Amino acid sequence: MKRLRLFFYFIMAMVANLSAAYAYDVSIHGFLQGDYSVNTHYSSPNGGDFKLAEERIQLKLDASQDPFHVFIKGDAYVDHVNTGYGLQIREGYVDYTASKWDLRLGRQVFTWGVGDMVFINDIFPKDYDALFSGKPLEYMKKGIDAAKIGIYPSFASFELIATPFFTPNHYPDAQRFWMYDPMSSITDRDRAEPSASLKHTELAVRAYREIAGVDVSLYFYRGFSREPVMVPDNMMMPTKLTTTYPELSVYGISLQGKLLDGVVSAEAGYHDSRQNRDGSDPFIPNSNVRFLVGYQYQMWEDFTAGTQYYGQYMCRYSDYLKNLPGGYPQEDQLYSLLSIRLTQMLVHQTLKLSLFSFWNPTDRDYFINPETKYNFTDHVWAAVGANIFGGAKNWTQFGQFSKNDNIYVQVRYEF
Amino acid sequence: MIRMIRYATALLLLLLPITALAMTAEEVARKSQEAYFYQGKDFKSRVLMRLISKGGQERTRELAMIRKSYGEPGGEQKFFMYFFQPADVKDMTFMVYKYPSKDSDRWLFIPSVNMVRRIAASDKTSSFVGSDFTYEDVSGRNLRDDGYELVKEEKNGDKDCFVLKSTPKAGDMDYNYRLSWIDKGTFLPLKEEYYDKKGEIYKKFSSDEIKDIKGFPTMTKRTMENVNSGHVTKVEYLSADYNIGVEDTLFSERYLKQPPKKLFGEDK
Repeated sequence: MKRLRLFFYFIMAMVANLSAAYAYDVSIHGFLQGDYSVNTHYSSPNGGDFKLAEERIQLKLDASQDPFHVFIKGDAYVDHVNTGYGLQIREGYVDYTASKWDLRLGRQVFTWGVGDMVFINDIFPKDYDALFSGKPLEYMKKGIDAAKIGIYPSFASFELIATPFFTPNHYPDAQRFWMYDPMSSITDRDRAEPSASLKHTELAVRAYREIAGVDVSLYFYRGFSREPVMVPDNMMMPTKLTTTYPELSVYGISLQGKLLDGVVSAEAGYHDSRQNRDGSDPFIPNSNVRFLVGYQYQMWEDFTAGTQYYGQYMCRYSDYLKNLPGGYPQEDQLYSLLSIRLTQMLVHQTLKLSLFSFWNPTDRDYFINPETKYNFTDHVWAAVGANIFGGAKNWTQFGQFSKNDNIYVQVRYEF
Repeated sequence: MIRMIRYATALLLLLLPITALAMTAEEVARKSQEAYFYQGKDFKSRVLMRLISKGGQERTRELAMIRKSYGEPGGEQKFFMYFFQPADVKDMTFMVYKYPSKDSDRWLFIPSVNMVRRIAASDKTSSFVGSDFTYEDVSGRNLRDDGYELVKEEKNGDKDCFVLKSTPKAGDMDYNYRLSWIDKGTFLPLKEEYYDKKGEIYKKFSSDEIKDIKGFPTMTKRTMENVNSGHVTKVEYLSADYNIGVEDTLFSERYLKQPPKKLFGEDK
């Protein structure tokens, strides 16, 4: 509790100082929030009934004095499931803005690409634990500590991002989520993240402009996959598993434009798995081509329907099959995922009914997320929703989560 | 021959003021659109919207809106909006490219995930931020979408007005037709009534305050009331200015993500 109080004093002191220095351009906002999620069918692996039970306060400090701008977004939380508390700096950066370029330095969130909940060229870290346990959507994105340069000549715009500090995705925690583990008998496990060194600097570049009414972006990334792979110490008699993040490069494109009163989105990317280009290593993913096409349309007032197809095509599939150890689940060469999103706003857009669903036609598994959100006042809203998983097999992406159905409540007071 | 021309000219000169007075319904509609939505090269306002339910519960939307016009009145326009209130949409920005003869392009920036997305929405029926105003009420309706008729001329308060009847051609609107009392002096609509398919009033608009800003008569307060639901939206310009020299580059992803807040005024 002492840390919380210190954090609060620190923020207040900063506001006071900055206000004095730049009297007119400092603001502080934030929220108090409660997030609770209850298992509907099975207790969590640790025996608990909650996927989530926490309260948090977020403070957002914004200060600017041209050409500089500072933004800090910090959370302090109490977690009843893991019985602890903590602090998170979710974002914290300094901006420098010139007329044709700008620089952002610090912890920042990026969202690239045009997919709805699927990411091809957005190689920035995500938090799937937050998503599947029913936290507000913004908690699905994690900040990275990076330098971003924006360059804006008249013919196109560019974003260049560099970071020597690797941040992995956050996957559902095995204490709270039932999941498939192909080597559950091996308990000796280790984790090897790329170390923070200059030679591990990840580089991400995006170039974008409008061409004939279509928003076009080109993407490049060179760094590491944020999806962990587990490598055994010995193929025949494994005694230890090491979680690593293989080298990855991505080359991609996205398009978004208007079509027949709706918005059409298309995106593709080649994921170059640099440590397994020949497909001989069964523990590191093969290179693959990912693509999506989506369409969003307003069918009547305040009702929007969106649908999307996502495909992932494995390169060197025959090499993958040849090298796959016995007993391992075999992936298809083409992985397909369909999604639908329906949103109805009611009562002067204060009541929102939404439904999002993934469905995989080949694995026959699914994820369904219905949600109702109501803004009681301009400051208070609450949302109630469910995360429902299922599938024919226990090792597929959503099938493995079939014992994790949960109902969640989010309440927020915003100021 | 020369005498005939002279007579003819004299006759024409005599007729001229009469023809100017006898404007067609289309001309009134066009001049009104020009006065209401196209004054100045660009326009900046700080807008306060109060959404009041029948029971008296009030919600507030506060935003800065910048508009830039391209070409002739009735032509292309770009809009940039930055939200101050309520707290859950604070720092969101919204950009619209409006075209005279097709649906607008719209982009929304969501700061919590640093994401810019195009959004699909029809101009005609979508409520603007949950208010009783539609997008078309905020940015103007395509003149070619309606048929016009001058019903009569009468006073509204102490102002001489044209009473213009506008009937949507496509029949895709919530209303059957609307009547507008258009001030003959400023061509701003002082009052509007929307009639539903049964011929009953279901929405009422009124202009509550008009101020002169840099020589442009500007409606600084207005009200839209939904007669059926009793819901009312009151809009007030806390500040407004014309011809401030808005750069084209403002209407870009760069500034959606990093809005130049100084342009919008103080954060209260």
